[in-house]
Amino acid sequence: MRARSTWGQALVLVGPALLLLVAIYLYPLARLLVLSLAGGADGALGLGAYRRFLESSVYLGVLLRTIRISLVVTAVCLVLAYPVSYVLSRAGSLTLRVIMVFVLLPLWTSILVRTYAWMVLLQANGVLNNFLRRLHVIDEPLRLMYNEAGVVIGMAQVLLPFAILPVFASLRNIDPRLHAAARVMGAGPWRRFRSVTLPLSLPGVAAAGLLVFVQALGFFIIPALLGGSRVITLAMVIETQVVDLLDWSLASSMAMVLLVVTVLLVVGFDRLLGLDKVWV
Amino acid sequence: MTGERTHPLLWVVTGLVLTYLAVPSVLVIIMSFSGGLFLEFPPRSLSMRWYQVYWASGSWRDATVRSLEVAGVVTVLATSLGTLASVALVRLSLPGRGAIRALMISPVVVPTIVLSIGLYSVYARWRLIGTAAGLVLAHTVLALPFVVLNVTAVLYKLDRSLERAARSLGAGPLRTFTQVMLPLLWPGIASGAIFAFLISFDEIVIAMFISGSHPTLPKLMFDGIRYELNPVVAAVSSQLIIVTALALLSSAWLRRQTDRTSG
Repeated sequence: MRARSTWGQALVLVGPALLLLVAIYLYPLARLLVLSLAGGADGALGLGAYRRFLESSVYLGVLLRTIRISLVVTAVCLVLAYPVSYVLSRAGSLTLRVIMVFVLLPLWTSILVRTYAWMVLLQANGVLNNFLRRLHVIDEPLRLMYNEAGVVIGMAQVLLPFAILPVFASLRNIDPRLHAAARVMGAGPWRRFRSVTLPLSLPGVAAAGLLVFVQALGFFIIPALLGGSRVITLAMVIETQVVDLLDWSLASSMAMVLLVVTVLLVVGFDRLLGLDKVWV
Repeated sequence: MTGERTHPLLWVVTGLVLTYLAVPSVLVIIMSFSGGLFLEFPPRSLSMRWYQVYWASGSWRDATVRSLEVAGVVTVLATSLGTLASVALVRLSLPGRGAIRALMISPVVVPTIVLSIGLYSVYARWRLIGTAAGLVLAHTVLALPFVVLNVTAVLYKLDRSLERAARSLGAGPLRTFTQVMLPLLWPGIASGAIFAFLISFDEIVIAMFISGSHPTLPKLMFDGIRYELNPVVAAVSSQLIIVTALALLSSAWLRRQTDRTSG
């Protein structure tokens, strides 16, 4: 009797959310899987679309560029995030709150707003170029967007909070008594950092790297606006295949590859840190 | 923390990184008051003209109303579904609890381009392209994780003996939920609701594919950016930044309420 009422309660409580997820989330993804396999001329199931994707030098180039940009963005984010997280982990409560405003406000500000700002800032007759020209640092405008550099500048700004938060979480969890012990045993500040802080923060760094990299792989808006037609990434090819070329099987096979890689990396992240640590 | 000083160089680097994070928002706000026909920095003259254009334009107003309507319904839907599910996930010993929780949180990390084309394909059959209902359902999927994360975080801190006391005094499950749990959970629920609203209100990739001939605010902004740098977008952006700041302030205030009630 008791077990049955628990089941009834569970159904009422979880049922609606599960129903929504099955219909509007799992089913569309499953449909992409079917579409990716139905690429044959006679509609037979097969891996034809995946072969077209991975055997084409054009699409392979796009895939490699997407991975390269994501790796560079990850490296930039980690290098910039570590000092900030380190300062955060030793800051008093007021400093902590101020820095957190700088980290969280951009995190929740619309990506479009920020990309728009970078475009105004980086374009040929944009803010930065005009400024440098007025100072006579340059004669010709620098090419700061419609190339990979512009895409990296925009993406790293968006993903930086996702690097700062996990590294900060791991630094904050280091037991301060370990520092005290190291100091008592005569270790200087650099030695304490190298043998205590750095090794204990590495899981956080790895988690941050995974989280940034995995999100960078699927970015669409920023490469589309800051890279234009010169920096085509995987997400942009997927859009073009669906909207302009109506090649659903090719688009679906690319989407499936992106999805599977993402899921595998996120499972790795979850093992390292746990997703709740970032968003709440 | 241990009386150790942080090296001044670290403060400089931190300052530079925080500047990098803040630059886009600050720039947009300043330029939105520019008086010229083109965006320039620093603006040669100041005016509210782009705000006036935004408030006077029918298409911007329609898109804003559309986004507000969709985000409003998403907030209600995601918050109710997410809260109910969170209670079950934390309080009942369900089989496969971990898997269900993972499923509910997973939309946060699935690339939106992948979900977008999946929805585009399915919605075409279901005739949901261009409908508010289609957008609401899709955005609810994206918003659900934030409600679940916020509400379960508070639930884990909640003292179970209060619920047991209510039950042993004869309150049924429904009464226990509405009169004991809800009053204690509301900061977490409200926080989840705020994030659900922001997620839907700012969402662009899914809206690009399925909003059809009724663009949302982000879709109209995207069109205003992709082929020209429409200065009205600066005025819209500044107002979005203010909405975001207010939302985060409320969420921070709510978090302090939670910390107070759970000791």
